[in-house]
Amino acid sequence: MTTPVLEARDVTMRFGGLTAVRSVDFTVNSGEIVGLIGPNGAGKTTFFNCLTGLYVPTEGTVSYQGKVLPPKPHLVTKAGVARTFQNIRLFANMTVLENVLVGRHTRTKEGLWSALLRGPGFKKAERASEERAMELLEFIGLAHKRDHLARNLPYGEQRKLEIARALASEPGLLLLDEPTAGMNPQETRATEELVFAIRDQGIAVLVIEHDMRFIFNLCDRVAVLVQGEKLVEGTSEVVQADERVVAAYLGEPFEGEPADDTGTAATAEETDTADETDAAPAPPETPAAGEDTGPDTAEPDGTGPQSTASTKGDTP
Amino acid sequence: MTETTKTPDTPGTPSADAVIAPDRQGLIPLPAAAARALTLVGGIATVASTFLAWTWTADFPGDLTVYGYPGGLQWLTLVGGALVALFALAGYGVRGLGWLAPAGPTGPAVLTALGALGVTWYTVIAIAVELGGLVNLEPGGYVAAVASLTTVIGAFGLPAGADETRRAKEAFTAYLKAHGRSRLRLAIAGVKFLNAYIGKPDHIAAPQTVPGWLQRLAVTAVTMAGLGIFSYGIDIPSEEGETFIGYLVVIVFAVWALHTAGLLDRFSRLVAAHRGFALAMGFVAAILFPFTQTDDHYANIGVNILIFGTVALGLNIVVGLAGLLDLGYVAFLGVGAYTAALVSGSEFSKFSGVQFPFWAAALTGAAASLVFGVLIGAPTLRLRGDYLAIVTLGFGEIFRIAVNNMDGVSGPDITNGPNGIPSIPDLSFFGFNFGTAHDLGGFTIGRFANYYLLMVLIMAIVVLVYTRAADSRIGRSWIAIREDETAATAMGINGFRVKLIAFALGATLAGLAGTVSAHVTYSVVPNPYQFAGAAPPNSAFLLAAVVLGGMGTVAGPLLGAALLYLLPEKLVFLQDKSLLAFGVALILLMRFRPEGIIANRRRQLEFHETGQLDVPQQTTLTDEPAVTKAGA
Repeated sequence: MTTPVLEARDVTMRFGGLTAVRSVDFTVNSGEIVGLIGPNGAGKTTFFNCLTGLYVPTEGTVSYQGKVLPPKPHLVTKAGVARTFQNIRLFANMTVLENVLVGRHTRTKEGLWSALLRGPGFKKAERASEERAMELLEFIGLAHKRDHLARNLPYGEQRKLEIARALASEPGLLLLDEPTAGMNPQETRATEELVFAIRDQGIAVLVIEHDMRFIFNLCDRVAVLVQGEKLVEGTSEVVQADERVVAAYLGEPFEGEPADDTGTAATAEETDTADETDAAPAPPETPAAGEDTGPDTAEPDGTGPQSTASTKGDTP
Repeated sequence: MTETTKTPDTPGTPSADAVIAPDRQGLIPLPAAAARALTLVGGIATVASTFLAWTWTADFPGDLTVYGYPGGLQWLTLVGGALVALFALAGYGVRGLGWLAPAGPTGPAVLTALGALGVTWYTVIAIAVELGGLVNLEPGGYVAAVASLTTVIGAFGLPAGADETRRAKEAFTAYLKAHGRSRLRLAIAGVKFLNAYIGKPDHIAAPQTVPGWLQRLAVTAVTMAGLGIFSYGIDIPSEEGETFIGYLVVIVFAVWALHTAGLLDRFSRLVAAHRGFALAMGFVAAILFPFTQTDDHYANIGVNILIFGTVALGLNIVVGLAGLLDLGYVAFLGVGAYTAALVSGSEFSKFSGVQFPFWAAALTGAAASLVFGVLIGAPTLRLRGDYLAIVTLGFGEIFRIAVNNMDGVSGPDITNGPNGIPSIPDLSFFGFNFGTAHDLGGFTIGRFANYYLLMVLIMAIVVLVYTRAADSRIGRSWIAIREDETAATAMGINGFRVKLIAFALGATLAGLAGTVSAHVTYSVVPNPYQFAGAAPPNSAFLLAAVVLGGMGTVAGPLLGAALLYLLPEKLVFLQDKSLLAFGVALILLMRFRPEGIIANRRRQLEFHETGQLDVPQQTTLTDEPAVTKAGA
């Protein structure tokens, strides 16, 4: 029993004459980890930016928990969708703790006056924010570096910090744009664990990634974007088996090629074997993950309305 | 001080090593004992020479003709010589002087010796040049010159680490080899050489624990000394430009020496431990300033510095925290001043019948600036970077030109055009008239001193607003916007709204300062509120004060404002070349210390890639420790 958290309906994004994303329908359900893959230039990041309000889609709507998202990044975050960036965009000259505190912005509301007057409410809110931020730093394992400048962290920790900063806004859906880019296998493995842990907290996750092993291990569902259009969507086996996906990545055999059949078979086999070694543990894991989502959904369902309620409470 | 050619391998307590280790040698190969003696004797001789006459005529500013009593520049030489002697004594390991140089006495001795040499030789050469030849020197002048040179020779003979010496020579030759020879290059190479030679260790041994009252006493003493030094500088008459240059030379070398000695580090640690107390002492020192002055003219300088500094601090919110380059900021000062003038009851005001009490006038002025800030900010703050700078530059000029034209001929009759609004009456609080001198416990507090004290109050408010705003949710969002606007909006920050708040807050503070400035100057005219001019405040000088002093700090803009106001005021002989000199100084500073004189912890790390992880003691957004220095 799953409820959709994020629904993109018929999203099209045109830049002048170029259509970067063409009528994509897309859904993320609560408690799900969904992957979005595609060759370079397929429009993944553009689609991401449409979801988070950085771009206003030319056509179509994006709704979060049944409500259409306004096309402003800060309102999208406020509604409960947080994101990270493909190239890390931390506040380099702020400390680790301050970075996470900035993420708390939408969940606190002390304005200039309360900052100047420093009433008891202000101090309480600051303390609560700091406690929550420290919890998140514990969660990603950076609590001991709270007073370091973000720019001085090693690469992997910067990635983690960016995720913690996004989590600080208490999202119901987390969008990760290539979270393992430039990471070594151990770090990728750790990120995988982190994403599972985030999912276990009842936060749905949408991941863009190039690392197929990572995606197929991680995701309950994978969607493939090719030249702005959604090609396939389904479990990792479905996607891996789809010839069009293979063709999109490796190119189609040209017509009239003498060894047409064998050629395709060979390529398909090649990718299959390559993927199989990657996804060897995947097939048993995927159904298990599917089962997992069953009981899990109860929690997200519980937290979902709550977070909307808190959003409502903040607005007036 | 400028470059980060630190010596991490130097042990924590080099003072003892430097005294004992026999194989260490300075740049000039002298036996350590001889060098130390030479330095000490030279320092004492330099001090003694100031009691002699240096020239025969009182034509040279400061009257250096008297035997038995120092005057003018001789005082500065005396201070330099005394400092060298002190550090030399500390090198002997004299009991009770060990605290002077926790990082070793060699570096400070070299620097103070150079300072003494600089001021002495500058004086001697100035005498010879201005009075026409060396014949104008009395024997005392020669004695001073030779004594200060001896000191420097001795100081360079003091035992320095072999590493430092080698590294310093390498730095010097490497720079010249890479960049070629010219006078400027030689000077730069010289600075690099010095930096490497006196290299201060990164970690200074923590001081022994002293009782709290003693620490507070130390803070008090330093603050009062700062007040004394600052008053001395302000009191140098404008005709004695030479004395002021000497003053600057001694200050620069003395501060550098204190830094090298590790005393500045210790002091900032003290201040961090007694933050509230230090802040209070800073304001006490600021309040005491008019009581040290005999002439109300100097209180006038003081109040102008305060107005300039307060506005610069307001600009620091916009530029330093939110990262919005505002080139028309002085317009908000103008809005505040004009509003206060209009409701001041001046007979030339359009509303001459209206006379608001000051609190109401101040609020009206601040509110008017706030409205203008929002009006200008709302359409422009959607722009980023250079575009915003150009638009604010335009708006700043529009204000001046509009005020110039609102004279009833070219536009509505509001501001009297270029004539401005003269004869603004003095303020009066509960019968306390700001326009007349008052006697306060034997001290005469003149008109400008009254306004000075009012400005201290307003500056206190502005400092409070700045520090509280910076260390809060809104302050963090300003910094986040400055760091990366896209990421900040993706974190849920409404960029436009937050920037507008910064812009409006900055404008309000400037307007508040403007209301006082209208009363201090008796009249408001459009001309001072321009983009760039020869005298502060104008937008360019305000921005320079922030950048030069140190963006994102409290003390920085105040110090920058004081410097930028005092330099043109005291160095009148530069005349029309003062802007040129100012430009050169700014370029040099940006070359050697891009983070400004007082560095924000953040900025310092940004500009100097030390590569080391910083673990600060507290996580405030501003560097409050230095407030006392600028407040003094």
